[in-house]
Amino acid sequence: MSDFAKRSDFASRPSRRLFVGGAAAGVAAPFVLRSEALGQSAFNWKKFAGTKIDAMLVKNPRSDLLQAHEKEFTALTGIEVSSEQIPEQQQRQKAMIEFTSGKPTFDVCMVALHVQKRLAAKGKWLDDLRPYLADASLTSPDFDFADFAAGAVGFGRQADGTLDTLPHFIDFWMIYYNKEMFEQKGVTYPKTMDELIVAAGKLNDPAKGVAGFVSRGLKNANIPVWTSWMLGQGMETVSATGQLQTDTPEAIWAGEMYKRMNREFAPPGTVGFNWNECQTTFMQGRAAMWLDGIGFATPLEDPTKSRIVGKVGYGVTPPGPKGHHSALFGDGMGISRTSTKKQAAWLYLQFMCNKGNQLAMLKAGAGSPGRSSALANPAAQEGSRFNKEYFECLAASGKIARAGLPQIIPVTEFRDVFGVGLTNTLSGADVATELKKATEAFKPVLEKSEQG
Amino acid sequence: MTTLDLVEPVRASTPVEQKLAPRRYFLFALPALVLIAGVIILPWLFTLVMSVMEFKVGGAVEFIGFQNFIKLATDARFIESIGRTFWFTALAVFFPILLGTWAAVIFHREFPWRGVLRTVFIMPMMATPVAVALVWTMMFHPQLGVLNYLLSLIGLPPFAWVYDPNTVIFTLMLVEVWHWTPLVMLIVLGGMAALPTDPYDSATIDGATNWQMFRFITLPLILPYIMVAVVIRTIDALKVFDTIFVITQGGPGTASETLNIFLYLQAFQFFNLGYASAVVVVFFVIIVALSLLLLSLRQKLKWNT
Repeated sequence: MSDFAKRSDFASRPSRRLFVGGAAAGVAAPFVLRSEALGQSAFNWKKFAGTKIDAMLVKNPRSDLLQAHEKEFTALTGIEVSSEQIPEQQQRQKAMIEFTSGKPTFDVCMVALHVQKRLAAKGKWLDDLRPYLADASLTSPDFDFADFAAGAVGFGRQADGTLDTLPHFIDFWMIYYNKEMFEQKGVTYPKTMDELIVAAGKLNDPAKGVAGFVSRGLKNANIPVWTSWMLGQGMETVSATGQLQTDTPEAIWAGEMYKRMNREFAPPGTVGFNWNECQTTFMQGRAAMWLDGIGFATPLEDPTKSRIVGKVGYGVTPPGPKGHHSALFGDGMGISRTSTKKQAAWLYLQFMCNKGNQLAMLKAGAGSPGRSSALANPAAQEGSRFNKEYFECLAASGKIARAGLPQIIPVTEFRDVFGVGLTNTLSGADVATELKKATEAFKPVLEKSEQG
Repeated sequence: MTTLDLVEPVRASTPVEQKLAPRRYFLFALPALVLIAGVIILPWLFTLVMSVMEFKVGGAVEFIGFQNFIKLATDARFIESIGRTFWFTALAVFFPILLGTWAAVIFHREFPWRGVLRTVFIMPMMATPVAVALVWTMMFHPQLGVLNYLLSLIGLPPFAWVYDPNTVIFTLMLVEVWHWTPLVMLIVLGGMAALPTDPYDSATIDGATNWQMFRFITLPLILPYIMVAVVIRTIDALKVFDTIFVITQGGPGTASETLNIFLYLQAFQFFNLGYASAVVVVFFVIIVALSLLLLSLRQKLKWNT
């Protein structure tokens, strides 16, 4: 008798044993199916049940989501999580001080890769995650690390190959533009940086209180604007060998571009603008273009805050004379090297950065996740407040992303010293002179940072 | 027998007892001494020690003598920040004193709703500096701020406020004036309430004008109170951080970078604790010198001198 015949036979003549077995299977089915849906059938998530871990997060919508997922994580693993969100600047100070003390009070820490990456490596803050990834008893088979975008992983990976964070959030610099203004003036989205200057000139209408372009002018905050232009020359501010390239002809060209865009086409007072002033200006329909991180998009599509809902275009940073790149920023999550609960912390990282939670981040408009599958998932766009162009911009920027800040230890000093120089150019100072002066001032700081 | 007879005469202490008294009382002062040593003296000594060290968080710590102070003497940004601090302080003391004294003279007079108006006048002082700074930041916005809107209503062009290196210090001073003029008013008003009325009666009989009475009677008499306000305002203005940091972060460029902002950057952004400690030592010397100068001035302006 064939198997099919046997099964048919069972169906036609039900026995008590079969009934009890079927009922048991029916009761267990939802759990089994759920478990399989999460891909956890072969993985023991309860291995560290009863452990309590501490996580230090940065205050932002992504951390809100992480905290919202904590209950689910505890139900799955039995691990209790105590997390706190601290404003960005204070969180960085706390991380620096606690890691330096040698006894940080947290097991998991969020790290700004564009600021603290080298610092974390030199200070030996975080544990290498590669052994965890390679350990099948610690890493769920469905974690699929290969799903993280190569650019994001490369951004998080240290020079010696160590991977001390999971790049859970990445931010690309791009250009927000007001489609209505473009249409009214018959301007198309620029295909090169030269065309960007021409477009800004055409759209600039001070008499109507509309600026052709707006970007950060405030010292420190203004650095990514300059580096975005410099990437158009195919060059970063610090070479792969650690040499400053900040007074090269390419850097000066980018400085001139920064000066021109902010002096000729930006609204008055841009010298003191950080991202929030730029955002307000653009959101109120007072600027035609805004260069900044795509992570600031959410309020632009909020009818209670924005006057340009539905009119926002999301454009990839146009190519420059020698290169086409989008300045890249991002956050990673790592495990404190001195933690005594590293394995439990690794489960937390895995869960918080799984496919479902990364997709949830994108759907909530909380930022761009490190995983490729989130972007490729059609569910991301369903019900999203963002248009198709937003997702296309994210995908296209991801392909050409390159570090927006130098990967050095004294990033803050770099931003301060060069930020002041760039700001001075907005008051009329010569770009080459300011960059040369800043390079001379910063060189000893950089050299000293790698000693000891 | 009177009550006085019942009181036992106080026995004069012997010379030996007088000599021992300070030692006995020392026990009572000990907790306060320990506290002061713990929270003031020890941190100060530690700061002094750090100021002669190369001390960077996460880096090596080594003794470098007076190198930090020598570096400070040649650090253009530090020297400029000192000049800016004094300029800002001068403005943020002078205008509140002038306006606060004027307001005190007005509020000293009897007029309807005086109590209510006084309360309204001192309200800015009650607000938290950071909250105040955030509100002013919004008002200063060159395109969307209410201040430029008000200027446009009277036909004036927009002003750059804190978004121009040439006007940023004056604008920040405006915030300080708005915030702290009420304090000066309160101090001076308190002084005026204690003034004798006789000189005014005599002056009125002699036919003195209001201005003459203010210039030759009120002002000399309230000068000690004004000096108290000057001392408090000077110390406050010298150490202003929150308002400036929230509104401009020391910008545009370094146009509003006072000593405190410079110090914050060195200590908590760049983590150069040794260098920052040297800045603290210099700042401390400046504050002590200024305070002594102002206190000696105050002594000279006392009524009985």
